[in-house]
Amino acid sequence: MTLSIQNLAVARGGVPVLGNVSFAIAPGQALILRGPNGAGKTTLLRTIAGLQKPLSGVIEGADETIAYAGHADGLKAMLSVAENLQFWAQVFGHSDIEAALAAYQLGPLIDRLAGTLSAGQKRRLGLARLMVTGRRVWVLDEPTVSLDADAVAMFAAAVTAHLGAGGMALIATHIDLGLNAQTFDITPYRATADTRSGASDEAFL
Amino acid sequence: MIALLRRDLMLAFRAGGGFGLGLAFFLIVTVLVPFSVGPQSELLSTIAPGVLWLGALLACLLSLDRLLALDFEDGTLDLLATAPLPLEAALSVKALSHWLTTGLPLVLAAPVLGLMLNLAPSGFMWLIASLALGTPALSVIGTFGAALTVGIKRGGLLMSLLVLPLYVPTLIFGAEAARRGAMGLDPGTPLTLLAGITLGTIALMPFASAAVLRMTLR
Repeated sequence: MTLSIQNLAVARGGVPVLGNVSFAIAPGQALILRGPNGAGKTTLLRTIAGLQKPLSGVIEGADETIAYAGHADGLKAMLSVAENLQFWAQVFGHSDIEAALAAYQLGPLIDRLAGTLSAGQKRRLGLARLMVTGRRVWVLDEPTVSLDADAVAMFAAAVTAHLGAGGMALIATHIDLGLNAQTFDITPYRATADTRSGASDEAFL
Repeated sequence: MIALLRRDLMLAFRAGGGFGLGLAFFLIVTVLVPFSVGPQSELLSTIAPGVLWLGALLACLLSLDRLLALDFEDGTLDLLATAPLPLEAALSVKALSHWLTTGLPLVLAAPVLGLMLNLAPSGFMWLIASLALGTPALSVIGTFGAALTVGIKRGGLLMSLLVLPLYVPTLIFGAEAARRGAMGLDPGTPLTLLAGITLGTIALMPFASAAVLRMTLR
């Protein structure tokens, strides 16, 4: 199944930021989103993940297939590494967290409370969460923030393995991950005057 | 769903989890009332059902702040919204865990505190019954208020103002049932209405909560 986006227009806070975005990702492929700060990468990813509604356009193949990872990792400081991961695995109906722990070398940290981890270790745990969801499309927003070179390599390996198993990935990032992936620059898709009409989607205005 | 419930309960009992906050507040209020009102046991036993109900309601309100705000701050809500679990179910579980950590301890502590307020012996059973029937509604309505204000920094005041009017029917019928029980009258009618409010809110409120949460998340 392909993730396909057609003529998508998205808004942030009622102001359109992107219009006429179209692309498709086939199984085994990854797409790297690029664009300057404020271009609308996060808004586009949140829309595709289903956290907000598009102004117009069609998103196909995103139903119950997406694992989203945003700026926050969704970790509980007072739960251990294993408990955090176990919780997300159970929410997605799985129980095996060993592979995810191994992929990000979290084994030695397994009993530490997430609140005592360093920023990079938290991020690794947040990324390990993707592996326990069992979802086919990874939608990642700046996944490599606060990761060191080794951890970035772990992440790249995890994505490559995921693609090899027929998964898909849509990644907004500024660094070169060394993945064999196409790049999609969203700068030319800035919202124009005609997508600006009908921008008010606020229910209480 | 069970995973979410277990996680919420586990978090509540760990350090800084906020378990006992509402209970401690309830205790303080009801212990201080006899000191401020004076040692007239007649007067105390008259106001006991109302004071206990008011204390329970405010104790519930106090802990609502943390119900969704913590999950919003660390990104858990975003991830839950994309999980296979429907948001309605997730919020029902959240309300349930709030009741288990706040409402249920209040129900269990109320008889002991009733003693301090010189509650009439016939009133204890009805006090427990009315609190047990009424506090779930407080949790479910509170979840709606929390969902409505989750995106707002320090939205506690706004949430209290929004939630308090919705709490009024529960308070009226709950306190009335406890009062009638204490006076030896038949508390059937207010108890039935209280149960109706609770069942109605449990059935309908999660849909409203999920709808406003989707709006605040985007």
